[in-house]
Amino acid sequence: MKKKSIMHSIAAAPHIFWAALFIILPLIIVIFYAFTDAEGNFSFENILGLSEYGNIFLLSIELSVIATFICLLVGYPLAYIIAKADAKKQKFFIMLLMLPMWTNLLIRTYSIMAILDDGGFLNNLLNTELHIIGTKGAVIFGMVYDFLPYMVLPIYTCISKIPKNMWEAASDLGCSPIRVLTKVIFPLSMSGVISGVTMVFVPSISTFYISQKLGGGTFELIGDTIERQFVSSALNTGAAISFVMMILILISISVMNKFSDPDDGGIII
Amino acid sequence: MKHFNRVYLILIFGILYIPIITLIFFSFNSANSTAVFEGFSLRWYRELFSSPDTFEALRNTLILAISAATLSTVIGTAAAAGIYRMKSKLAKNAINSVTNIPMMNPDIVTGMSMMLFFVALVGILSIDYESIGFTAMLIAHTTFCLPYVILSVLPRVEDLGKSLTEAALDLGCTPIQSFFKVELPNILPGVISGFTMAFTLSLDDFVISYFVGSSNFQTLPLLIYSMTKKKVTPDMYALSTLIIITVFIFLVVSNVKSGKARRKESHK
Repeated sequence: MKKKSIMHSIAAAPHIFWAALFIILPLIIVIFYAFTDAEGNFSFENILGLSEYGNIFLLSIELSVIATFICLLVGYPLAYIIAKADAKKQKFFIMLLMLPMWTNLLIRTYSIMAILDDGGFLNNLLNTELHIIGTKGAVIFGMVYDFLPYMVLPIYTCISKIPKNMWEAASDLGCSPIRVLTKVIFPLSMSGVISGVTMVFVPSISTFYISQKLGGGTFELIGDTIERQFVSSALNTGAAISFVMMILILISISVMNKFSDPDDGGIII
Repeated sequence: MKHFNRVYLILIFGILYIPIITLIFFSFNSANSTAVFEGFSLRWYRELFSSPDTFEALRNTLILAISAATLSTVIGTAAAAGIYRMKSKLAKNAINSVTNIPMMNPDIVTGMSMMLFFVALVGILSIDYESIGFTAMLIAHTTFCLPYVILSVLPRVEDLGKSLTEAALDLGCTPIQSFFKVELPNILPGVISGFTMAFTLSLDDFVISYFVGSSNFQTLPLLIYSMTKKKVTPDMYALSTLIIITVFIFLVVSNVKSGKARRKESHK
C-alpha cells in the first residue's frame, strides 16, 4: 500500500520541479539583483536608494486604498442586489459583469481615456473644456472601473451561498431589514469581502497602464517606476522596488487573511 | 426599495458599458478620430485586415494560449493527484503556498522576476534573448496558469477520494491505467475548467508578456499596447471590437450550454 501511495505522489514531481525552477529561482534572482550593483557586487545601495521613491510609494498606496474602498462601497450593494434577484436574472447580471472583465484591461482603460480626454468624446458632446485626464480622480476612476467586477463576484458568490432561512430567522426574531444586513449578512459575507478587497487592491497598487493613460504623465505610481527601470534597463533598481512591493503586498494579504475564515475564504474566479 | 435597486443596477451597468459601447461605435468612424463621428465606414476594419501584424499576433496568441493551457493542465492535473496523496501535511502546505505565489504576487513582480531569470539564463548560455522568445513566453504563461489549474482540479480529486483508484489497483490496473481509466474520467470537469481558465488567462495577459516577451514574438495584447502608443487609434478600436464580440459570443454560448445541462440534470 505504501509503495502505491509513493508512486502516486510522484505525479506531483514535475510540478515541484517546475515551481522550484520557475517560481522560486526567479524570486531568488530578484533578491540577488536587489542587493547587488550593476557589476554584481554586493551592495545595499539599491534598497537604501529607495527612500527617493518614498513619495511614489505613498501616492500609490493612497490611490489604491481609495479605489479599493470605493469598489467596496459601490460593489457590495451591487453584489447584494444581484444575489437577491431571481435565478434567471442573476445569471444575466453575472454575464453582464463578466464581459467587461474578460475584455482586456488595455482596451477598457484606453477607451475611458478617449472619452475623458481634453479634446475627447465627452468634451465634444457637451461642448465643454473639462480637464479630467491627469488628475488623481481620473486614475482612481480608472482603477474602480477596471477592477469593480473583481470586487462584486466574490461577494456575490458569498452572499448567494448564505441559506435563505438565515434571513428568515433573523427577521422573524425581530431584526429590521437594515439590521439583517449589518448583523447577519455582512459578517457572513466577510470572506467574500476579503478576497474582493485583495483582488482589487493588488492590481491597483501595481498598475502602470492606468496611471500612464489616465494620469496623463503628470504623476508616477510604483508600477510606473518599475516599468521605467525595466525600459531603461536599470534592472537592479527595478528588482529592489519589486522586492519591496512584494514584501508589502504579502504582509497586507496575510494581515487581511487573518480576518477571514480559513475554510471559507480564498474564493478565486 | 425595488425602485432603488433598478436605478442602481442601471446606473452601474451603464457606467460599466459606456466606454465599451463608445469604443464599438467609433470603430465604425470614417474619420481618423475617436472623438468626432463623421460617418459610417469599415475603413479601420479594412486597414486592420490588410496588416500582416494583426494575423501574426492572432496566430502567436492562439499558439501560445493553447500550448500554455495544455502544458499547465497536464502538469497541474498530475500535481493535484500527487499532492492529494501526500502523507506529510507540511509538504502539502509548502507546495500549495509556493504554487500560489504567482497568484498572490502582482503581475508586474512576476513579470520582473521571470524577465530577470531569462536574462540570467541567456547570460549563462551566452545566446540571444530573441532566440528564446517563444520558449520564455510559454514558460512564463504556464507558470502563472498552474495555480489556477491546480485550484480547479484539486477539489475534484478530493471529492473522488482514494477508494476507487485503490480498487482499480487491487484489481490489477497499473497506476497509469488506473489514472486514465478511473480517476481522469471522474475529475474531467475540473480538468476542463482548469484548461479553460488557463487558456483565457493566457489570451488576456499583458503585463507578464510585456516584461518577458521579445520583439519577435508579439501577441494581441502586446499589439494593442503598441497601437495605444499612437495618438489616434481607430484601428485599435476595430481590433478591440472584434475581440469584445468574440468574448460576448463565447459567454452567451457557454451560458446557454450550461443552462441546458442544468435543465437536463433537473429533469432526471
